[in-house]
Amino acid sequence: MADRSGYRGLTAPLLLPTWVVIGLFMLVPVAVMAIYSVLTKEFRGGVIWDFSLAAYDQFFVTRGLFGDEAPQIEWTYISIFWRSIWQAALATLLCLIVGFPTAWFIATRPAQSRGVWLFLITIPYWVNLLIRTVSLKFLIRDTGPLNEALMGIGLTSGPLPLVNTNLAVQLGLFYSYLPFMVLPIYAAVERYNFAYSEAAADLYAGRWTILREIVLPIVRPGIIAGCLLVFVPSLGAFLAPDLLGGAKTFMIGSLIEEQFKGAQGNWPFGAAVAMILMSLVLIVLIAYARAATKAEAR
Amino acid sequence: MKTILITAAAILCAAPAFAEGELKIYHWFEYIPQELVDKFTAETGITVTIDTYDSNESMLASLKAGKLGEYDVAVPADFMVGIMKADGMLDTFTQDEMPNFANIAPQWRDVPFDPGRTSSIPYQWGTTSFSVNRDVYQGDISSLATIFNPPPELQGKINVLDSQNEVLILGSLYLGIPQCTSDREQLKALNDMLLNAKQYWASFGSDTAKDVLVSGDAAAGMIYNGFSAKARAEGANVEYVYPTEGHVVWMDNMVLLADAPNRENALLFMNFLLDPENAAAVTNYAAYTSGVTGVEPFLDEAIRTSPENNPPADATPGVFAQACDQETQQLYDAIWTNLKK
Repeated sequence: MADRSGYRGLTAPLLLPTWVVIGLFMLVPVAVMAIYSVLTKEFRGGVIWDFSLAAYDQFFVTRGLFGDEAPQIEWTYISIFWRSIWQAALATLLCLIVGFPTAWFIATRPAQSRGVWLFLITIPYWVNLLIRTVSLKFLIRDTGPLNEALMGIGLTSGPLPLVNTNLAVQLGLFYSYLPFMVLPIYAAVERYNFAYSEAAADLYAGRWTILREIVLPIVRPGIIAGCLLVFVPSLGAFLAPDLLGGAKTFMIGSLIEEQFKGAQGNWPFGAAVAMILMSLVLIVLIAYARAATKAEAR
Repeated sequence: MKTILITAAAILCAAPAFAEGELKIYHWFEYIPQELVDKFTAETGITVTIDTYDSNESMLASLKAGKLGEYDVAVPADFMVGIMKADGMLDTFTQDEMPNFANIAPQWRDVPFDPGRTSSIPYQWGTTSFSVNRDVYQGDISSLATIFNPPPELQGKINVLDSQNEVLILGSLYLGIPQCTSDREQLKALNDMLLNAKQYWASFGSDTAKDVLVSGDAAAGMIYNGFSAKARAEGANVEYVYPTEGHVVWMDNMVLLADAPNRENALLFMNFLLDPENAAAVTNYAAYTSGVTGVEPFLDEAIRTSPENNPPADATPGVFAQACDQETQQLYDAIWTNLKK
C-alpha cells in the first residue's frame, strides 16, 4: 500500500502525532489507572506504594459488614454493573428503534435538503448536556408543563410520577445519545444503492425480505457503530441517573466518582472499578471486531 | 504609530505600579460576593484568583494530588481542618500578624479542630437538619422522624443530602447513638433504619436541595439552614427545624495553606475578612452566620432576624461532625454503599 500511496518512507513521521496523542492521553492514563488499582489505599484519598489486591477483593468478595464472616461472593457491585449495563442496553435499543427510520428518512430526501435535516438533528447538541438534562427535568416534573398539560386536558387527575424514576433516566439517555445513532446509520444508508432494492423487487422479493436480506447486511456497519457510540457512553453516564433518577442508587459512573470525590476516598477501588468496566467494554469490542472479520471473510 | 507607542509605554509603566502581587484562593462555589473581592483588590491592589470546589473531599483530593503550593488559602469545614492540620497541609500564623484577630467571637477563638486558632479563622458557620413545606404538611415536625419515618403526607416526597457524613450523623442522632461508634448492634440498627427509611425518599441531592423544595419536587428535605432561608426567600413556604434529637453544626474556616506562594497577601486577606463590615457582607450573601463580633449593624434585617439563623432558646444543641479513625470509617462507608447500592 505504501508503494502506491506515494508517501513511501513517510509513514512513521506522519503517524507520529497520532501515536503521541494516543500514548500520552490514553495509554499513560490507563497505565496509571492499572497501577493505582493494585496499590494500597491511603486513608481519605491517595495511594500508598505497596502492592495490594484489596480493591479487586472488595469488588468480588464480601466478609460481612464487620469483615469476620466466611467469604462470599459480593453481589453489591455486580448488581450495580448489571443495572448500568441493562440501562445502557435499553437506551441503545430505543435509540435504534427511533434512529434507524429517522436516518432512513433523511438519507432518502433530495440531496439539497438533507443538509437541513442533519442540521436540525445536531442543533440541540450546541447546548451543554447538563443544561439539556436539567431542562428535561423541568419539563417532566410534577409541576412541569407536561403534567400541567395532561391534567389541563383532563387525561390524568393528578401529576404522573415521572421525575426520579427509571423511565426518566431512560428518557434522558435516549435524548442525550440519539444523534450518535442517527449519524452513522445515515452515513451508511446514504451510500446504499437503491438499484439493489429495485432489482430485488423485480425478482419478487417482498419489502420485508429486501430489508432483511439486502439493506440490513449492507448498512450493518453503520448500525453497529451507532449502537457502540450509544452503549459505551450510556454505560458510564451519571448525569441522567443523578438528575433525572434522583441518585437513589449508584450507577457505575457515580460509584467511581464517589471513590475519588466522596467521603470514601478509596482511589485504588475507584481505579479497579474503572479497570473492570474497561475490560468489559474491550471484551464487547473485540467480540464485535472478530464477528465483523468473520462476516467479511464470508 | 505615536499613539500606539504612548499607549504601550503607559501600560508598561502602569503595570508594576498596579500589580501589588497576587492571591490565589481555593473556595467553595458561590460562597463569596464578587463585590467583596473587588473591594479587597481596590484597597490593596492585590489581584485575586479564585478556583472553586464542591465538597471538602474533592478539595482535599485535589490538594493532595499536587495542588498544594499553588493556592494561598482554602475554606475547609471543621473536621477537614483537623484532617489537613494532622497531615501537615496548613501553615501557622501568630495573632500579631493579624490585627483583627480580636474580632473573632469568643466561642470560636479556641476550637477543638484548631486549638488556639493558629492556622484558621472562622468564615461562616451554620447548621444542617431539615425543612418541611408547610403547605403540604401542617402536623408536628419537631423530630427527625419527619425524615426517617415520615407521616403519610410526606412519604415519597423527601429529598436527602447526597452526602455520607450528614445523612449518617443525622441518622445517628435520630437513633441516639454516638458518632464513630464501632458497636455492632448500634451500627446494624443504623444500617437497618436507613434501609427502611429509603423507601420514603424521592431523591438524593445536595446542590439541588433548595431547588427541589422551591419547585415542589420535594415536600421536605435535609438542608443547610442558609439554603433553607434562600428557599423561603424564593417563595417556598418551608419551615426549618431544630429537631429535638439535635442537629449538625458545621463551621467553614479560612485556612492558611502550607507552601502558600503569597503568604503575606493571604494574611492580609484573612485580616480583611475579620473586619465586621466585610464579614457581614459574606453573611448577607451566603445567609449563614459569621464568627465575628460586631457584624450586627451591617447585616440585612432579613438575615439578622431569620428563624433559620436564630434557633429557639430551648433547642437541643447541635454537634460537630467527628473525624473517625480508618477502621471505623470503613464501617460507615460500607453502610453508605449499602444504602445506595
